[in-house]
Amino acid sequence: MPSRRKFSFSRSVLEPAAAPLLALLILAAWQIAVPLAGVSEFVLPTPWTIVKRIVTDWSLLAKNAWVTALEVLFGFGIAIVTGIPTALMIFYSRVFERAVYPLLVALQTVPKVVLAPLLVLYLGYDWAPKIFLAFLISFFPIVIATVVGLQSLEKPMISLLRAMGANEWQIFRKLRIPAALPNIFGGFKVGIGLAVIGAVIGEYVAAERGIGHLQLRATANFDTSLSFAAVVVISLVGVLLFSLISFLERRIVFERERAK
Amino acid sequence: MSAAAAGVAVRLEAVSKSYETREGADIPALERIDLDIEPGQFVAIVGPSGCGKSTALGLIAGLMPASGGRILLDGEAVKKPHPRVGVVFQTDLLLYWRTVIENILLPIEIKGGDARAAAARAEALLDQVGLTGFARKYPTELSGGMRQRVAICRALIQDPGLLLMDEPFGALDALTREQMIMDLQAMWLSVRNTVLFITHSIDEAVFLADRVVVMSPRPGRVDLNLTIDLPRPRRWAVHGDPRFMAYCAQVRGMFEAKGVLVER
Repeated sequence: MPSRRKFSFSRSVLEPAAAPLLALLILAAWQIAVPLAGVSEFVLPTPWTIVKRIVTDWSLLAKNAWVTALEVLFGFGIAIVTGIPTALMIFYSRVFERAVYPLLVALQTVPKVVLAPLLVLYLGYDWAPKIFLAFLISFFPIVIATVVGLQSLEKPMISLLRAMGANEWQIFRKLRIPAALPNIFGGFKVGIGLAVIGAVIGEYVAAERGIGHLQLRATANFDTSLSFAAVVVISLVGVLLFSLISFLERRIVFERERAK
Repeated sequence: MSAAAAGVAVRLEAVSKSYETREGADIPALERIDLDIEPGQFVAIVGPSGCGKSTALGLIAGLMPASGGRILLDGEAVKKPHPRVGVVFQTDLLLYWRTVIENILLPIEIKGGDARAAAARAEALLDQVGLTGFARKYPTELSGGMRQRVAICRALIQDPGLLLMDEPFGALDALTREQMIMDLQAMWLSVRNTVLFITHSIDEAVFLADRVVVMSPRPGRVDLNLTIDLPRPRRWAVHGDPRFMAYCAQVRGMFEAKGVLVER
């Protein structure tokens, strides 16, 4: 319901503009500080130099970013199609839960990136190790978030549906899944960010293309502005993928807040 | 209200229920309960917490099996939830991702009925409980009393021959509760289905019911079966009627005799 509030400068102008303003301020300070401190642009390029570099080398950056994005999407996609069934099995089978869940939680603490060199050894230099790493690193948060979401349902809710004569499948469809969706999407959001890290680490270890590979090569050639350009572009890829998940979340998941 | 649903007859024959603890010991919750409810009767079970009144309701709803005895609905033994039974729980249990009307239509969906046809009836039910125009709102936009009204509509959409209500007003503030009690009476008078109403409020039980069943705790037993002979519709002022007060005193006296209520 629309409520009539008095116009407030702070609320309608200052608050929404605060974050972009701060970012601009930091960039401006960077832009000014580099020449002022006498640092060579060769060592630390200014934001403007980086922007120019992104424009001139756009096709090179875009081509490699596309490779990385595909690795992320494949790895993340596999994590979804394997993670959700795994979570369902943990939820519905006590034996499976007892066997698998503690192991998963323990494995969660292993920093998956340390496996990168081994994965390259076993899976070669091509797509496989990057996709596998992106998958591995995003698999755990998806499984755990889904399990937590499925467990979040209060018991009386199930009694309610049972009393209506609902079968297990209806309880699953009409109750468990909708109730778990906010958690599942929470897992997706964590997972997609991690999948980007996984893919780039995979490229760092051994690759012939991809944004991680491009950045590594640029840095090796002391081409710092291209290296920074790669940082910006891969960040954009991350933001884009995250926004995609958020968009789907808003379409699919009903948030309690939306009703207000 | 549309075609009045004929009430379902309820019969409990020596029904017992015990729970098994983790150590394997049996904790009796209900012991040999006998209860007969005629079709179209409004019966209130009143008792302190732990007297097994909610357990009795769960058994009748077919949510769990009895340990002993038989439960008959219209002469048929209860083995699973009966299609003609509607349940209202202590909390509204509305699904927050569904609008009010989608919540009300949930039982129709579950039973594979015609949701489109039922939608008009859902709107009529909303009108009846004073929630006209709330069909497309979400539960978070409603107050506690409104939400419980929606939960009642959800139970009524199935035209339940038996309405089971488990302390439905327990979580509401006193004023809202008063209004709900009066609305429930009006609603029931227009349908005349069988109602089993569980409460821990003596006033509520005596005001609403044709018959008040008093239970004592651990293990739950029926101590008193009291017919309330007051004309309907009962006005709120009946609370001051000497007969009303005598009924309440009788129930209270039973609790005092059993040590549930003690004056110190």
